[in-house]
Amino acid sequence: MATDTLAPSAAVTAPKIKSELMQQRARAARIFLVPMLIALAVVAGWPLIRSIYFSFTDASLSNLDGAQWIGFGNYLRWTTLDSGAVRYRGLLADPAWWNAVWNTVRFAFISVSFEAVLGMIVALVLNAEFRGRGLVRAAILIPWAIPTIVSARMWSWMLNDQFGILNDLGMRLGLLSQKVAWTATADTAMTAVLVVDIWKTTPFMALLILAGLQMIPKDIYEAAEIDGVHPIKQFWKITLPLVRPALMVAIIFRLLDALRIFDLIYVLTPNSSATKTMSVMARENLFDFDKFSYGSAMSTMLFLIIALLTILYIWLGQVRFDGGDR
Amino acid sequence: MASIELRNIRKSFGAVEVIKGVDLEVRSGEFMVFVGPSGCGKSTLLRLISGLEDITSGDMLFDGKVVNALAPSKRGIAMVFQSYALYPHMTVYDNMAFGLTLEKGHDKAEIRQRVEKAADMLQIRQYLDRLPKQLSGGQRQRVAIGRAITRDPKVFLFDEPLSNLDAALRVATRIEIAKLHENMHNVTMIYVTHDQVEAMTLADRICVLRDGHIEQVGTPMELYEKPNSTFVAGFIGSPKMNFIGGERAEKFGAKTVGIRGEHLTITPNEGTWSGTVIHTENLGADSYVYLEMGTEEPVVVRLDEANSYKSGDTVHISPMADKIHRFDAAGKPVN
Repeated sequence: MATDTLAPSAAVTAPKIKSELMQQRARAARIFLVPMLIALAVVAGWPLIRSIYFSFTDASLSNLDGAQWIGFGNYLRWTTLDSGAVRYRGLLADPAWWNAVWNTVRFAFISVSFEAVLGMIVALVLNAEFRGRGLVRAAILIPWAIPTIVSARMWSWMLNDQFGILNDLGMRLGLLSQKVAWTATADTAMTAVLVVDIWKTTPFMALLILAGLQMIPKDIYEAAEIDGVHPIKQFWKITLPLVRPALMVAIIFRLLDALRIFDLIYVLTPNSSATKTMSVMARENLFDFDKFSYGSAMSTMLFLIIALLTILYIWLGQVRFDGGDR
Repeated sequence: MASIELRNIRKSFGAVEVIKGVDLEVRSGEFMVFVGPSGCGKSTLLRLISGLEDITSGDMLFDGKVVNALAPSKRGIAMVFQSYALYPHMTVYDNMAFGLTLEKGHDKAEIRQRVEKAADMLQIRQYLDRLPKQLSGGQRQRVAIGRAITRDPKVFLFDEPLSNLDAALRVATRIEIAKLHENMHNVTMIYVTHDQVEAMTLADRICVLRDGHIEQVGTPMELYEKPNSTFVAGFIGSPKMNFIGGERAEKFGAKTVGIRGEHLTITPNEGTWSGTVIHTENLGADSYVYLEMGTEEPVVVRLDEANSYKSGDTVHISPMADKIHRFDAAGKPVN
């Protein structure tokens, strides 16, 4: 009898117990998230809000606290001259800024494209089994492991117009008729920066893609071999679709990085309008030119442009962060 | 139709020799099962036949022609993998049609017809638009079999196709594979398993492998009735054959005698041997009694009905005289 009376009440309480358990889990999850959120708010949220705020003021480095609110003046303001002509000023009307935007976008697009293709090739090679693969995998990471400042300095010596090894080799092999100032010439500066960046970050791309490649089960390649799928077809029909989710995420990481490029250009080609990017320009204005509010406006715009491009990429590329088809 | 002949096939991975000289003929249209414990080389042998692995030495012949250097896709084979090996990003239809679309000389209508015919055979027609991840394990394995059928192969290779399925599904799929063999009687099938029940139920002939060698080849009943080593005797049949050595075996003129559980009878007052019951299992239709009688492993008696023996009971057992297997010191049968 006792069990007869117990059974229905147990059935009634069962769902409640479950939801209570769920609540406990959700509570625990929130508690675990708090330190992270606090850290993010302090190191990312606060500076971001301050930057956005300063971009609407006339703040200068020497007078941050006395900044006055001037609205959108840093972005766009206009004065009507006596002659009736309207003169636009501010960030949105600054050709140097738009040159920097173009430089950045061009740099990001070209470098990430090359890195994706080269990274894929390197990853495919590293995914094959051969003697000493572990060693090669470690070795290929070296360019990425060297601090950017160090590798940029290294390359700037290699690219040096007087003493650089590249000019020396080019002259000896008869490829160059005269020594070229790779980083200082407007025509070659961007290419020089691109080469160094591609050299430096291809390994990173390769490793991310390699991780994706290793998720693909080996047996489907055997099935493909029995199906008579040519290796090149195997790549386009099997490998690429299956590694696509990992590749898309790798590209987005690199894209975010490339759009913020600063250190390499700052060291390699300082003050060249051919390579000056948004970050470089923002820093110049913030600290060198004592136009703190103008630099803040640039930082804010940089943030907006990166956000826009990223959203566009995720939307157009249908990137899924849950691992895609697998 | 294809007969397959293996002539002194050897395979080494580095310094380790896995297949140590195998001679075997698989007849055209035959269902051959490779069976053996893990590590015996049965899967490797299948992969050598498929061409996924290179032969280290020896000759592989399909219909009398040496195919040692022929690519897998040119051998007229289809293979069903243990892990299904379906293309995860393609629908069931595309999975089945992929191989055909890449071959020259098949138009779309023909491909569709062949895929649908295979799908009907396996009752997976309603899943053709789904992705593999939307299917259960049993359905996936059927798709894998369907993909193999669509290729219209001369030789069908199965690499432990049922081992990822649960027990009930395994039995159902086993029956389907047996039916498939009936319907495709001119297709040679080679099936690898470590499960002797699958081997016994599916095979026309079984090839028992051990440590890279063929131990015995024969029909299931030949292996059951005339195993030519203690290894085969112990591997084929469930429960495992009982081996009794020492003085008890010497009386029969052998180093070891083997007797299956179903060929032992429990006799009330006296019998050939006696032992103590240590465990009983009642399976409904039949039952097992485990006896301790000084042998390496307890002796199992299989009874046709439920039993009421209890642990600690002393019972007498007698083997059926014509069912005794006698083996010498090397584990070979004594004539």
